[in-house]
Amino acid sequence: MGDPGPTGRFGRYGGGYVPESLVETCRRVEEAFRQAWSDPGFRDSLTRLLTVHVGRPTPLTPALRLSAELGVHLMLKREDLTHTGSHKINNVLGQALLARRMGRSHLIAETGAGQHGVATATAAALLGLRATVFMGERDIERQALNVFRMQLLGADVVPVGTGSRTLSDATGEAMRYWVGRTDEAHYCAGSVIGPHPYPWMVRTFQRVIGDEARGQCARELANAVPDYVVACVGGGSNAAGTFAGFVDTSARLVGVEAAGGAGAALGRVGVLHGCRSRFLQDDAGQIVEAHSIAAGLDYPGVGPEHAHLRDLGRARYETVSDDEAAAAVVRLARTEGIVPALESAHALAWVVRAAGAGELPPGATVLLTLSGRGDKDVSTLKDGPTPGDPA
Amino acid sequence: MTLENRLRRRRAAGRKLLMPYVTGGITTTWLDQLRAFVEAGADAVEVGLPFSDPTLDGATIQEATHRALACGATTRGILDDLAGAATEVPLVASTYYNLVLHAGSQRFCAALRDAGVSGLIVPDLPLGEADELAGSAASAGIDLVLLAAPTTPPPRLAQIAERSRGFVYAVSVMGTTGERTTVADSAGALVDRLRRTTDRPVMVGFGISTPEHAAHAARSADGVVVGAALMRRVLDGASPYDVGSYLARMRRAVDQDLPPGGGRWTRA
Repeated sequence: MGDPGPTGRFGRYGGGYVPESLVETCRRVEEAFRQAWSDPGFRDSLTRLLTVHVGRPTPLTPALRLSAELGVHLMLKREDLTHTGSHKINNVLGQALLARRMGRSHLIAETGAGQHGVATATAAALLGLRATVFMGERDIERQALNVFRMQLLGADVVPVGTGSRTLSDATGEAMRYWVGRTDEAHYCAGSVIGPHPYPWMVRTFQRVIGDEARGQCARELANAVPDYVVACVGGGSNAAGTFAGFVDTSARLVGVEAAGGAGAALGRVGVLHGCRSRFLQDDAGQIVEAHSIAAGLDYPGVGPEHAHLRDLGRARYETVSDDEAAAAVVRLARTEGIVPALESAHALAWVVRAAGAGELPPGATVLLTLSGRGDKDVSTLKDGPTPGDPA
Repeated sequence: MTLENRLRRRRAAGRKLLMPYVTGGITTTWLDQLRAFVEAGADAVEVGLPFSDPTLDGATIQEATHRALACGATTRGILDDLAGAATEVPLVASTYYNLVLHAGSQRFCAALRDAGVSGLIVPDLPLGEADELAGSAASAGIDLVLLAAPTTPPPRLAQIAERSRGFVYAVSVMGTTGERTTVADSAGALVDRLRRTTDRPVMVGFGISTPEHAAHAARSADGVVVGAALMRRVLDGASPYDVGSYLARMRRAVDQDLPPGGGRWTRA
C-alpha cells in the first residue's frame, strides 16, 4: 500500500479515466498533494486539527462481554468517537486544508449515509469554505437527520433524482458539477474511489486509523499485531486506512461488504467514476444498482487498491446481509453499550458469523474498525424489524 | 476509406462539416432519425451506445441514455441495426470506456467495423489511458477520436492532435454536454491553438444549440458536433422529419456563413 506513482496504478487497477476537461485538474491536485504531504508545516496543521478538533487519537476499546460470548479477543478502533461521528472527518480535513492551500474556496462532495457530507460541511465551516453536497433522493429520505446537520453547518445539499437515487448517482452528479467549476472548487472525494490521485490521497489521509491502531495493538497484545484486521467496505476508505497500518504484518485482512453492494467480492473489472476497479455489472457491461440497508455501502464498486489487494490475496472480501448487520447493531448495543453505524455493523456481523462457525480460532485477536456511530440509523432500525427484540 | 480521409476530402472541397448525434435505440424507429440526418446534410453521424452512468453528459443526453436502456437498447442490438442501415456517410460510435473494456477492446472494435462504423469517441478515455484501445482500433480500421479541452496545456494538446484519428474533438467549454445560450469564447481559443498544431480536421462540440451557434463555431473550426439540441427535440416527441429539418437549418446556416474562398482552411 505505497505510492501508486504518476499513473495511479495499483496493479492493473486505478488510473485516471476522466474527461479531458478534468485531466489537468487532477494533475494539479496530485502535484499539490505531493507538495503538501512532504511539507512538515502542512502535516503539522493537519495533525493539530485532528487532535484539537477531531479528538484523535481515538481509543482502542476491548469488547469484553462480546468477546466472552464469541470466544475471541475483539478490540474496537473507535472512529465513532471522532467529531462528526465517523472516520470521514480524517480525510475531509486533509482535503479541505489542501483545497485552501490550492486557493480553492469551494468544496464539492457526494454522500451516501451523509457522514461524508457532514464531515465536508464541518470542515468547510471550520476553514471558511463553501460546501455543496450531492446526495441521492433515496438517501435524503433515509438520512434526514444528516441532511439537516449539513444544512445547519451551512452546506448546500443538492438532491439527485437519477438512477437508483443513491451514492453512485450522487458521485456522477458531483463530478459533472465539478467539471464546470475547476477554477474555484475542489472535489472532495469521500472514499478511495475516483481518478488518480484520489484513491491514494484518501487512503493516505485515512492511514491515521491504521497507524494509531498499530501502535495501540503493540501495547495491548503479546504478539503486537492482531490475528485479524476487519473493516466494512463500501468504496472502502476506512478499510484502506486501517489495512495500511497492518499490510506489512502477519495480520489477516478482511473487508466486509454488503451483500447487495459487493464490488470486491462479486464485481467484474470495469471503469466507473474515473478509475479501473471491480464493479457490479450485468452481462452487457451496464452498472448494476447496489442495495444495502447501510446507505454508505450502497455503492456498486470498490476502490482500486482493494481490488488489487483482493487479486494479490492479501485481503479477503466477505459479504453480509442486511439482517445480519441489523442484528449486529443490537448485539453490540446490548453487550458493550455501543450503537454502531449500520456500515460498521457489517464488519461486526462477519466476526460474529466467523466466530460462530469456528472460522476464527478460539482466542484469536481481532481488530475491528467501528467506522461510525449509529445515531443516523436509528430511524432505519426503528422502522424495520429489530432482530432479537420481538416487542 | 477511413473516417479521416472522408472528412479531409469534404473539407478540401470547401465544405464545413456537420456531425449530428443520436442515441442508439432511443426509439424503435431511431434509424429513421439517422436517415433524416443524412438527408439534412450530415457529413457524419455520431451514434451513442448507451451506458448506465454517462458521467460527462448533461441532463438531456442522460435522459436519452436512460430512456434507450429502459427500452431495451443494447450495444449488440444497435450495431445490428447499423449493419443493416447502409448509410452514405461515416458513422462514429461514442460510448464510455466500461463498455469497451467489458467486451474487450479488440472484440469491441471488430464489432464496430462489422457494423460499418469507422470512428469511435470515448470521452472518459484520455490520452494517457488510450494506448490499448488505440491499437485495437487501428487494427480494426477504426479511427479513435481524442478530445481536447480548454484547459489542455500546449504540449499535451500537441500530443492529442498527433495521436487523434479522424478528427480532433474540441470541447468548447468546461462542462458537460447540453444546450447553452452562447458558444463559449474558449471554443475559438482552443481551435486556434489546435490550428497551430495540426492540419487534422477540428470539430467543435458541447453546447452547439442553434443554427447561429453552428455557423459561429464553424467559422474557425472545420465543423461542429450537435447533440443535446437534437436529442431534446427527440425526447419532446418530435418526428425524425422535424428534427432533420432543424439540422437542415443548421446546415444552411453553416453553408451560408462560409467565408470567402469557401472556408477552406489553409495552414497558418
